[in-house]
Amino acid sequence: MNPQPAKSPLSATELVDEYFIETRNRIIEVAAFLDRLDRADPSVAEQDFRVQALADAINVLAGAGPNRVREIQTLMSDPTTEPLAALDRKGAVGAYDRSKQEVR
Amino acid sequence: MRYIDHHAHMVSRTTDDYAAMALSGCVAVTEPAFWAGWDRSTADGFEDYFKQLTEFEPKRAAQHHIQHYTWLGMNPKESDNRQISVEVLRRIPRHLDGPTVLGIGEIGLNRVTRNEIATYTEQVELATQFRQLVLIHTPHLEDKLKGTRITIDVLRRYPDLAPGRVIVDHAEEHTVEAILEHGYWAGLTLYPQTKVSAQRAVDMIEKYGPDRILVAGACDWGPSEPLAVPKFIAEMRRRRHSDALIQRVVLENPIRFLSQSPKFKLPAGLEDTVAARQ
Repeated sequence: MNPQPAKSPLSATELVDEYFIETRNRIIEVAAFLDRLDRADPSVAEQDFRVQALADAINVLAGAGPNRVREIQTLMSDPTTEPLAALDRKGAVGAYDRSKQEVR
Repeated sequence: MRYIDHHAHMVSRTTDDYAAMALSGCVAVTEPAFWAGWDRSTADGFEDYFKQLTEFEPKRAAQHHIQHYTWLGMNPKESDNRQISVEVLRRIPRHLDGPTVLGIGEIGLNRVTRNEIATYTEQVELATQFRQLVLIHTPHLEDKLKGTRITIDVLRRYPDLAPGRVIVDHAEEHTVEAILEHGYWAGLTLYPQTKVSAQRAVDMIEKYGPDRILVAGACDWGPSEPLAVPKFIAEMRRRRHSDALIQRVVLENPIRFLSQSPKFKLPAGLEDTVAARQ
């Protein structure tokens, strides 16, 4: 593949001007969700694989770019390669439970 | 700006949605066969659905001067049921000559089971045998990466099916590169939460360029957006991209792909626009 990027004409500062407020809102929503969980039961954050996946994703956010989205998508993905022998449920849940270490 | 939405489940939408899409510039939709939200109990149920897709829906779209095309297949959500899948696949060829049937779709994997892979593989074989275009659904969320890899592995076993005749849809940041690298078209479907936002779709256009990338709303009966493509257009403008680039993605790319089917007719008034860009 020989991609020919179509770079935005916006400068980095212009991108911040354009997107800061909505991005600020999104990160505050993440914080609010985690606070909400803590008020309900702080232990859930340590036990639920989905919340653990969020914590791992937050660590990626703190790292260097420019492939944070891809890294987060990958860490939430099923890393196995074998098909399921039988249908277990109809839909995905959003993150792979790595604690299961299922043999497939 | 005029656009084509290559993935819209219009049987789930209201006539008002058609009206809004027409007002926002939509000139054509293509509708892949899909899951109804519950499992059909017989192959006859699929026959009725195919009839709705090929006979009723084009008339409803035409009332708003929107062309309606369709794709037929056993959708991934029901494809684990081998008994019904085998029977539905046996019946599909008799529908392929329909004047608005562009190919086989949406086929693919859901939870990536052995049965789903068997049904998907048989449909790829069917498409190859009948020289059909193919529209592929890739799984959701944590199943997408694994499912896309297996999806591509199966496709590569059919060298007679040219990669340029296949859309691998619902691509995201961790799958789009592999899809493009193997020569397929990558579909970015714009969803409120579970797939790609307009902002991220624009990011991927910026990163990989517009070649072989399509965008669609994939609106259905769940949380989804029939006006997703015009919102993508607005996001492209927000980034100050040129109208020429935007039109390439939302109009010329789908025309380029869909025109591989002799059944696809250029929407009225677009002849000069497209000719000028070729």
